[in-house]
Amino acid sequence: MTPKASIRAEADRLFAAFQAAGAVPVDADILLPAETLLDLYGEDIRAKAYVTTDPVLGEMMLRPDFTVPVVQAHMAHGADPARYCYSGEVFRAQDHLGAQARESLQVGFEIFDRQAPERADAEVFALFGALLAGLNLRAVTGDIGILMAAVRGISASDKRKAALLRHIWRPHRFRALLDRFSGRAAMPAARAALLARLAGGAPADLIAAAGPLIGLREADEIAARAVTLLEDAKAAPISALEAAMLYDLLQLQAPAPAALTHLRGIAVHLPAILPAIDRFAARLEALQSQGVDVATLAFEASHGRTAMEYYDGFVFSFVNGEEIVASGGRYDALTAVLGQGRSIPAVGGIIRPHLVAALRGAA
Amino acid sequence: MVKIGVPSKGRLMEKTFEWFGARGLRMAKSGSDREYAGVVEGVAGVELVMLSASEVPRELAAGRIDLGVTGTDLVRDKLADWDRQVREVAALGFGQADLIIAVPAAWIDVDTLDDLDAAAAAFRARHGFRLRIATKYHRLVRDYLTAQGVADYQLIDSQGATEGTVKNLTAEAIADITSSGETLRANHLKVLSDAVILRSQAMLYQSALSTGPEVAALLAQIGLRP
Repeated sequence: MTPKASIRAEADRLFAAFQAAGAVPVDADILLPAETLLDLYGEDIRAKAYVTTDPVLGEMMLRPDFTVPVVQAHMAHGADPARYCYSGEVFRAQDHLGAQARESLQVGFEIFDRQAPERADAEVFALFGALLAGLNLRAVTGDIGILMAAVRGISASDKRKAALLRHIWRPHRFRALLDRFSGRAAMPAARAALLARLAGGAPADLIAAAGPLIGLREADEIAARAVTLLEDAKAAPISALEAAMLYDLLQLQAPAPAALTHLRGIAVHLPAILPAIDRFAARLEALQSQGVDVATLAFEASHGRTAMEYYDGFVFSFVNGEEIVASGGRYDALTAVLGQGRSIPAVGGIIRPHLVAALRGAA
Repeated sequence: MVKIGVPSKGRLMEKTFEWFGARGLRMAKSGSDREYAGVVEGVAGVELVMLSASEVPRELAAGRIDLGVTGTDLVRDKLADWDRQVREVAALGFGQADLIIAVPAAWIDVDTLDDLDAAAAAFRARHGFRLRIATKYHRLVRDYLTAQGVADYQLIDSQGATEGTVKNLTAEAIADITSSGETLRANHLKVLSDAVILRSQAMLYQSALSTGPEVAALLAQIGLRP
């Protein structure tokens, strides 16, 4: 075990470096209302966080990460632009026997800025890279924004695009939907039978025949989806070419310059991703001017898809084997979700000092 | 002394007694009919511990009983990494029931998990909160829905009469154990066709903490692999 004192010292070093980069320290509560976290992350977070009950405030959670409290603090009374840093414990319940950390320190750095997002992306990444230099970590980058642009750019109904966008962060279901929408997977027998039943009469009659309507979901909601299902069954599949481009994009893993060339090839058939690719190119230039060696920088188009579902642009990790020592990304949409009508582009990340200290101790 | 935890009442208790009786281990309740105490005849050095079936997993994990009879549903829901805390010794051939997801029968647009996921997205957009699924099997249901990539739902705790929660407007769907499906139909619910979360049955378990030779000897005596 790494002594707590050396973990704390490492955290202090990182925290000081973030302040030296102009970040204002933020104090976040440890006890957070569960509702916001559950609405944001879904039911999964309940298994990963320590949940407790306050007699007055209801369900509360021990801080599973800093993102929500820091964004909320900024949206409530932040300067514009602003940069923040924080250092403190996060808590993760472990559903398996073993020695995974249940309580550990995180040190983070976030930039809220409307100007030059690619420069901010590059600054965060370069700062993290400099602080983690010498630890032999592998840096991996990605860009959820390119995936989202690709989905928005295919010729499919808005409902199909919305279904795909909703599951960007659940690769298994995304793939199943894409297989179905592109005609690669045959329609399941259960769906065919359902469609046959729905085609057999007006939704209102079918609902009435099926049984008394109980619960909050009303007849018009059921009827609307029944109509959607029938319409969707008649929709043309996503063209073979566009589908091939999407599958190709999902699997793209290459050093950044080669990835950029490959993406431009995909854009010939999927021109809607061109603005996202231009942002990727601008980010590479910004990284280079920050001294990052982009020639060998790993780019994986699907990187970040199984992480927390709020990243919607640049994503990065610094990993030691399976261990994620640091990670972060851009989360422009999250500020809108938590900002009650207001939003601001934001990028940032966290470093896990206990892993850094362990690596330094072993070195 | 080998401690065996068995369900303290009902059909599960009777069937468990029958199962052990057929193997030469005669179990019976002692004292009055209402007293939760039992005796074992036919084999020396065995103590019967009468428990609620839902407490058997915890007692096994803690090593306070060596062997225990309960449903696979309870062990897998209540114990993290269950297969490292207990060992399945023998399936007892009764208590079969499926953990399923059910929705109102009037939901003509929902037949599979895929439909439930899509309905949940639309429900959240319309009602402003995540579609509620009432259950007492939190770990099993959540792990299953996570693995299947279902989003925009929430689990609501329901420790009994779960089939009534939809009519009472405290949930939109349920995840519960059913054997015949009659209670579901009576409450105007239907089972999703592709979402059997677990096929449960009564099982004899051994605690991972119970390693003494007496247990192995007892298991051998009643014809089971120690």
